[in-house]
Order: sequence, then C-alpha cells, then structure tokens
Amino acid sequence: MSMEQPGFFKDRVLPIITVILAILAIWHVFVVVLNAPFERDQAARAGTPITFMEILPRTFVQERPVLPAPQQIVVELWDTTIDKAITSKRSLVYHTWITLSATLLGFAIGTVLGILLAIGIVHNKAMDRSLMPWVIASQTIPILAVAPMIIVVLNSIGISGLLPKALISTYLSFFPIVVGMVKGLRSPEQIYLDLMHTYNASSAQTFWKLRWPASMPYLFTSLKVAIAISLVGAIVGELPTGAVAGLGARLLSGSYYGQTVQIWAALFMAAGLAAVLVTIVGIAHASVLKRMGVRP
Amino acid sequence: MMGYLIGAILFWILAWAFNEWLVRQKFRSFAANRAARIAVPVLFGVTILVLWEGVVRGFNIPSILLPAPSMIWARLIHSVPTLWADFQQTFLKSVITGYLFGCGLGFLVAIAIDRSPFLQKGLLPIGNFVSALPIVGVAPIMVMWFGFDWQSKVAVVVIMTFFPMLVNTVQGLASTSAMERDLMRTYAASWWQTLTKLRLPAAGPFIFNALKINSTLALIGAIVAEFFGTPIVGMGFRISTEVGRSNVDMVWAEIAVAAVAGSAFYGVVALAERAVTFWHPSVRGGQA
Repeated sequence: MSMEQPGFFKDRVLPIITVILAILAIWHVFVVVLNAPFERDQAARAGTPITFMEILPRTFVQERPVLPAPQQIVVELWDTTIDKAITSKRSLVYHTWITLSATLLGFAIGTVLGILLAIGIVHNKAMDRSLMPWVIASQTIPILAVAPMIIVVLNSIGISGLLPKALISTYLSFFPIVVGMVKGLRSPEQIYLDLMHTYNASSAQTFWKLRWPASMPYLFTSLKVAIAISLVGAIVGELPTGAVAGLGARLLSGSYYGQTVQIWAALFMAAGLAAVLVTIVGIAHASVLKRMGVRP
Repeated sequence: MMGYLIGAILFWILAWAFNEWLVRQKFRSFAANRAARIAVPVLFGVTILVLWEGVVRGFNIPSILLPAPSMIWARLIHSVPTLWADFQQTFLKSVITGYLFGCGLGFLVAIAIDRSPFLQKGLLPIGNFVSALPIVGVAPIMVMWFGFDWQSKVAVVVIMTFFPMLVNTVQGLASTSAMERDLMRTYAASWWQTLTKLRLPAAGPFIFNALKINSTLALIGAIVAEFFGTPIVGMGFRISTEVGRSNVDMVWAEIAVAAVAGSAFYGVVALAERAVTFWHPSVRGGQA
C-alpha cells in the first residue's frame, strides 16, 4: 500500500489537480475580460478616466457580472446554504431538497417499471419483438421537449407538485434501465441455462438464482446513467411551472432578473448533487458486487 | 361512443394474438422472415395509435388533455409552414451547427492531447464527471452571453456534445493492442501514419458511439435552451407558448416533428457507422 500511494498521487491526483487549476486560471482571465467592458462603460458615463489596474479588482466584485468569479459563487453558495434557515425560500438547501425529492421519486418509479418491463421482454418473445424496437427508437426522441406539456396537462387535472416532475424523471430514467436489464438478464451463457435445465429448475428458480444475480453489474451501470438523467429531468421539469421552487426554478428566476451569481450557484449545486448521487450508486454497486463475491 | 372503445380493444386483442402467432412462425424464405420481423413492431405501433384514438373518443377525453392521433395529424398537415420554420430555426441552425462544432472540437482536442498522457489522465476523469452533470443548466448563461437567437443554442449544444466526444475519442485511440502498435513500429511508421492508418480506424466504433449519443443530446440541448428565451420561432419556443395557450394538438404536432427529426438524425449517423466501420464484428454480425 505504501508503495502504491506515490504512484496513485502522481498518476491520478496530480494530473486532475493540474487541469482543475488550469481551468480556474483561465476562468479568472475570462472574468477580467468579460466584466471589464461594464466597468469601462461606467467610467465613461461618469466621465472619469480609468486605468486597467483600477478595473482589475472591480471585475471580481460586480453585483451582476457577465461571468462571476469563483469566489463570488462560493460566497453565494455559503450564504444561501449555511447562513439561511433551511425552511426559508431563499435557502438553496430548500430548493435542492425539492429537486432531489422529485429526482428520487422519479428514479424509484423508473427503476421498478424498467425492471418489470425488462423481465417481461426477456420472458415473452412477442413483447421482445414488438417493444424492443420502440424502446430503442424512443431513445432517439428528444423526450425532454414533452416536459412542459406533461406538467401543464397534469396540473389541469389537479395533479401538481412533486408527481409531474417525478414522472418526467421516470420517463427519462426508465429507458437506460430497460435496455441495461434486458442485456443483463440475457447475459448468462447457454451452458449455465442448460445446467439449470438439468437441475429441473423452474423458470422462477432460473430467474432468481441465475438471471437476476447475473444482471446486477448491468443494472448498476444503468442506474448510474439513470440517476444522472433523472436529475436533468427534474430540473427541466421545474422550468415551465413558472419558477416556484427547485434548482430549475432558481435557474429560471436568475435568468429573468439577470442574477448571474444565483444561476451559477444553482448550477454548482446541481453539479454537486449529481456527483453525490452517482457516487452513492457507485458505492452501492461496489458493495453489492462484493457481497455477491465478485472480485474486481 | 362506446363503439370506438370496444373496437379499439378488439383490435388490440387481435393484433396481440397475431403478433404472438407471428413470432412463433419460421418462414422458409429469408425475405418472409425479415418482413415478419419488421411487421411485429409496426403492428405494435399501429395498435398503440388505434388504442389511443379509441380511448380518447370512447371516454370523450377533452382534447386539451390528450388529443386523438387523427386530430394531431390534421393539425400537422395544416401548419406545415410554421413547423417548417421552427424546424429550420432549431434543427438546421442550432442543432446541426452546434453538433458539428461540438463533435469537431471534442475530436480535435482528443487528438491534441493524444501525445500527452499527463493531460489525458487529467482531462479524462473530469470529462467523465462533466458528462454526468446536468449541463442543460448552462442554457440561461449562454442565452445571456450570446443573445436570444440561435447562436446561444449553438453554444449550449457545443458544450453538451463536447465531453462525450472527447472521452470516447481518447478511449478509442487507446483501444489498439500493443501488438498492432508494435507492427506499425516494425514498418517504421511515423506517429502520424500510425494515427491515420491504425489508431483512427480502430477508434471508429468509439467515435460513432459518441456521435450517436450526441445526436440525441444536441436536440435536447437546443430545445431546452429555447425555454430560456428565443425569437418568436423554434421548436422549444413553440412548445412552451402553445402549452400556455392550451393548443395541445399543436404541441403534439411539434413533438411528432421532433421525434421524426431525432430518429432520422440518429438513423443517418447509424448508417454512416455501418458504412465506415464495416469491418467491426457488431456490424458484420448484422446487429446494430
């Protein structure tokens, strides 16, 4: 282990840190370049000459910058998460929770539906032949375009709040799971299926003792894609409701009122949330495979 | 009114039974087998439409909730000029431009960092991470920077398509085996020759995988970016305003256009893949 550490640092951590630092450096340059015209404009209006050295520090503290400095975003994140009560509508934690709950509900429904459909497809030839081409074709359709309509239509029949957004997440997360699970349930080789046959196993026994365990790696790979896309669905689902609550609403209201720092803070929060969710699925993946005795 | 419903359900049961019968058949000729393979999903699609029409008419569902397919079709035929203008704005201007720029840029950056393992190790995990993020969220920022017209949508599409292309190309370029690379060395091939004659062709399946993923992402990015502000034309704009005016049949017509455009785009990329990577086992085996 002690032999591995320096290599791990040099091979994995160092390159990533270098690239991140490079991105931050480029970011700072762009902050100056993009925000300077506003300061020059202000100075020209006031009729006072302004030097570049005077402009430089001001570009990092503008209230509505074209590109906010990273530290402004961090301050905004701190203000809206730590300094505000969680129940406050100005707290980013509150909005994140709204989006997260829709994401998780949609993801759960999508996973259950996807697995059930995959089981049907694997066990019934007619379902396989008639459904599978449509499942694949549906992935080529920009289904997010339907989001506003689902929200408004469900609203008009009295379903509002969490469920419509969750349904969009369901719709998006459902396809990767069907495709992955069909592949996974079919992954046992003929020789194992024949073995189950010689044991006189029923099709339920074959399913629980062979197909289901064999499909786990495929399931978790799909789950990672599905949870990321569920989050996208929930965020986009919040756009047409007219900016009430949630990360998508923060994006929309930020863009209405030109609050760029708010947009970026919401964006970073969404990115962090996606990272946490994918990591949790990844940990679940590793622990399930470990319990099943799979060696990496 | 109930007649429609009963008719639709009868059609459903008959079509299901016919499909069950069809998948059990083994025809003598190759062509008949192929036709049967295509007929099953087509029949399923038709059944969905018939059932949809029957349920809408049978239960008298108001068209504001769910218009019947026949109504959507009528609307589609009547508003071809509007739909065409939206299609031009969103698909031809935003999607295609952004897709070409994003994929091209991802490809070029992947080639550029090919000689630096250090940069690859730094960029790959970040690229993979960014691919999982809700990038659509940059749409409001891009609209602020590049204005309401199609340029801002191009920017969103470029950002969305860049990372999948970068990650896949880098992986594809690394996919040749040491033996093949050694062979090129024994031929005294330069880096450039090895790239064009061995590594790029070997990366083909990976690159086309990214192109396929991106074809869907590009359309989603352009449509969602239009929710944040557009001139008065475009598919995303039309969808959000017609929803507001409760013209649900127009929304469905627009979705139908988006679906056909998305599938056709994907289909073209898939055909190009078959033509270019004809040597790959997945193509030779006759499975996509």
